Amino acid sequence: MTPPILEMKNITKEFPGVKALDNVSFSVQEGVIHCLVGENGAGKSTLMKVLSGVYPYGEYSGEILIRGVPQRFSGIRDSEKAGIGIIYQELALVPEMTVYENIFLGNEIRRGMVMDWNETIRRASQMLRKVRLDINPATRVKDLGVGKQQLIEIAKALSREVKILILDEPTSALNEDDSQNLLNLLRDLKAQGVTCIMISHKLKEVIAIADAVTVLRDGRTICTLDAHKGEVSENVLIKNMVGREINHIFPPKEHQPSDEVVLEVRNWGAYDPNLGRKILKNINLKLHKGEILGIAGLMGSGRTELALSLFGNSRGYHLEGELYLHGQRRQFSHPHEAIRAGLAYLTEDRKGNGLILIQDVKQNISLANLEEISRNGIVDNNAEVKIANQYKMVLNIKTPSVEQKVMNLSGGNQQKVCLGRWLFARPEVLILDEPTRGIDVGAKYEIYTIMTQLVQQGMSIIMISSELPEILGMSDRIYVVSSGRIAGELSASEATQEKIMQLATD
Amino acid sequence: MSLFRNAQKVLRENIREYGMYIALFVIMAIFTITTRGTFISSRNISNLLNQTGYIAVLAVGMTLVIVIRHIDLSVGFLAGFLGAVAAIALVFWKLPTWVVIPLVLGLGVLAGCITAFLVAQLKIPSFVASLAGWLIYRGAILLVTAGTGTIIIPDATYNAIGNGYIPDIQVIPGVHNLTLLLGVVAILLFIVNEISDRRKKLAYNFEVLSTDMFILKLLFMSGLIGAITWVLAGYNGLSWTVVVVLVVVAIYHFVTTQTVLGRHIYAIGGNPEAAELSGVSVKKLIYVVFGSMGMLSALSGILFSSRLQSATTTAGTLFELDAIAAAYVGGVSAAGGVGKVIGSIIGALVMTSLTSGMNLMGIDISLQYIVRGAVLAFAVIFDVTTRNRGK
Ligand SMILES: Nc1ncnc2c1ncn2[C@@H]1O[C@H](COP(=O)(O)OP(=O)(O)OP(=O)(O)O)[C@@H](O)[C@H]1O
Ligand SMILES: [Mg+2]
Repeated sequence: MTPPILEMKNITKEFPGVKALDNVSFSVQEGVIHCLVGENGAGKSTLMKVLSGVYPYGEYSGEILIRGVPQRFSGIRDSEKAGIGIIYQELALVPEMTVYENIFLGNEIRRGMVMDWNETIRRASQMLRKVRLDINPATRVKDLGVGKQQLIEIAKALSREVKILILDEPTSALNEDDSQNLLNLLRDLKAQGVTCIMISHKLKEVIAIADAVTVLRDGRTICTLDAHKGEVSENVLIKNMVGREINHIFPPKEHQPSDEVVLEVRNWGAYDPNLGRKILKNINLKLHKGEILGIAGLMGSGRTELALSLFGNSRGYHLEGELYLHGQRRQFSHPHEAIRAGLAYLTEDRKGNGLILIQDVKQNISLANLEEISRNGIVDNNAEVKIANQYKMVLNIKTPSVEQKVMNLSGGNQQKVCLGRWLFARPEVLILDEPTRGIDVGAKYEIYTIMTQLVQQGMSIIMISSELPEILGMSDRIYVVSSGRIAGELSASEATQEKIMQLATD
Repeated sequence: MSLFRNAQKVLRENIREYGMYIALFVIMAIFTITTRGTFISSRNISNLLNQTGYIAVLAVGMTLVIVIRHIDLSVGFLAGFLGAVAAIALVFWKLPTWVVIPLVLGLGVLAGCITAFLVAQLKIPSFVASLAGWLIYRGAILLVTAGTGTIIIPDATYNAIGNGYIPDIQVIPGVHNLTLLLGVVAILLFIVNEISDRRKKLAYNFEVLSTDMFILKLLFMSGLIGAITWVLAGYNGLSWTVVVVLVVVAIYHFVTTQTVLGRHIYAIGGNPEAAELSGVSVKKLIYVVFGSMGMLSALSGILFSSRLQSATTTAGTLFELDAIAAAYVGGVSAAGGVGKVIGSIIGALVMTSLTSGMNLMGIDISLQYIVRGAVLAFAVIFDVTTRNRGK
């Protein structure tokens, strides 16, 4: 056996109150795709941050060897020089800049003091070809979808001649097609000799692509499995991640939606003055009491826009059509009014417009419903702590205390904090936009269970999701959205992946 | 010995929070030595606090403005202009003080709301909107004082705000009794409040200071309040300016730390989109924050004109920069969402102590500016580096 390209030995990393990594060892063979899996907060992202120099030498204990040579990175620049490239889950591109500017940002091609734009564009085109992206390198990044932006991140890494490419949950914000595309690209890169380390909660992907899988749990290495020896299967992975077997992905359906219509939208349409075009057209939709209504569709089909337009229209669209709540016509001019009326909206973009990262867990949970824990405008801090601890327990949020700043939580736990906020708002209609993005298998099941409990108690849920199994497994009824219209309605019994995809793409 | 080591540890862990107090303490100690005690004399401290007043109230308002990621450059000349309006109302319109003060405060709120309208409704960057205000109010001062030049204010009640002291009860001669009494009450309130707070935290199993550290903190803060009171009682006692500042600080401290409104302000500063989607109206709060800034500008104008017993054509010059500097020295973050009212007050004290101390030492004005600039830069560097270390 050839010596591994990368070896991390006995890595321990502590944060105040948390031992994120406890004597972790991790080794990767050259030219393979090695996946890293584990529950939320297991330490995956932290391990990769240690590797890429985000946490410099001295802030952790243990040893990093590349091709047998010990490394002491004092920053990302050092790890880049050693051939390590990392792509974070939150993309780090500059939206206003062009594709070629982004690819060579921080690594500019110059002649003396002057930028050599021609060479930059030529090399950028080369990189784009490598990632099989057929676009003009002069396109602005903000005009591209997430899937393509992700590929540009990879192109950027490739332009620096990476030997080891780290991807932290690269597909969590991508749809099926874009994910497939990305996985194929990784296979290509592997053929070209690039070693990839990928973190993912989507076990199907992991099984499809991995040569080897390492499982972390509670900051410790549980095992490393070799796919070529047939050691990797969904059950084995889950068992090692969670420490017990999970037999069901979805809780049993015990609830029965009533016929009572809670929310109804008629001839709904929206015009976006910033884009200068109509983004929603002629939407008719009904939501029953105690129902989980799935909304499927491709990214950019207008699902999020629909939710936002219903929820107080914070983006300032020009709306048309009618909205009825319990048969009464309503108009919300601000999310505040929508919340008052019993609506809640969990955003798909937790860092962008969900969480207040610099504030702590309790403040994030209480934000949308401070009325309940205040009297005459004065907040009862003790009640707040109590509430926050309650949701910490219900949602199993991994944090040393509710006074921890949210930016110090792992991605999946941040998502749970977001969810906690909206559960505490005690809505009647809960709109969930990609509720399980970045959440591990075990926690997904917990969230699904909570959803079923909520509808049993009479809440109604609209669930927007790009994960078809989730839509199929949880929904009582499904609307498929395509280019700002409702392309079709399916009952739970008649819905299949094929039917949904057909409606979504027509 | 272990007590000392514990104290060191607590300080090191909370250096960001206590850093300012230490800086203020060090600055005061240095000046006390270099001026052979003149700096710490009752008379000088009393003067220093009165001088801080009109900047301190601005710094309080500015803290909130910066917390919601905006800036207000117009506050200095707005204060100057409203001071002139107050003088005109007193002198030419012959209005009594108790009418003039609410009138001017109301005008301040109005002025703040105009800036807010530009920022919230028309989406003009606050830097530009308030720069326009800076020019306009500057012109307005010149305009209203064009015929008269400096307007002398003869009203004794009004002038007492900037120059007077609270009355006294005569029990012990030689010191200001009521001031001492208030100081004792303040210490008692502080101790009771701290103890009940600690008890609540313990009930929730929160981390609290160890008992010896807690007692040390109580002793230290009580000593500090006691010392200030003692020094002030040795001169004329508590001035009305200090009373006004204390009331403003108490109200704003309470609002920012204990109320829903305060939570909403910090939420907006932390992430405006997230706050908006959680039902916080960003527009409404821009009005509230700029409105309050306008009111405090008016208050600053009142304090300043009554202190000078006149409205001058240059009143308010550079106040805005002093207030902004005080806020930054006091630990607000330009990135938004971070900053405490109390911190800004300490910041204001640091900046005026520097001026006062260097004046006493007879240091040339050119050097004074350079030193103050250096302290500002150093304070922010300290803040940024200690913040990053936490990550
Ligand atoms: N800067 C930090 N300060 C304090 N604690 C931290 C910090 N970063 C991470 N942690 C903690 O370390 C642990 C591991 O976090 P990490 O982000 O590595 O998890 P993860 O495996 O990537 O989880 P996820 O799947 O949710 O992204 C968590 O308990 C987290 O709260
Ligand atoms: Mg992570």
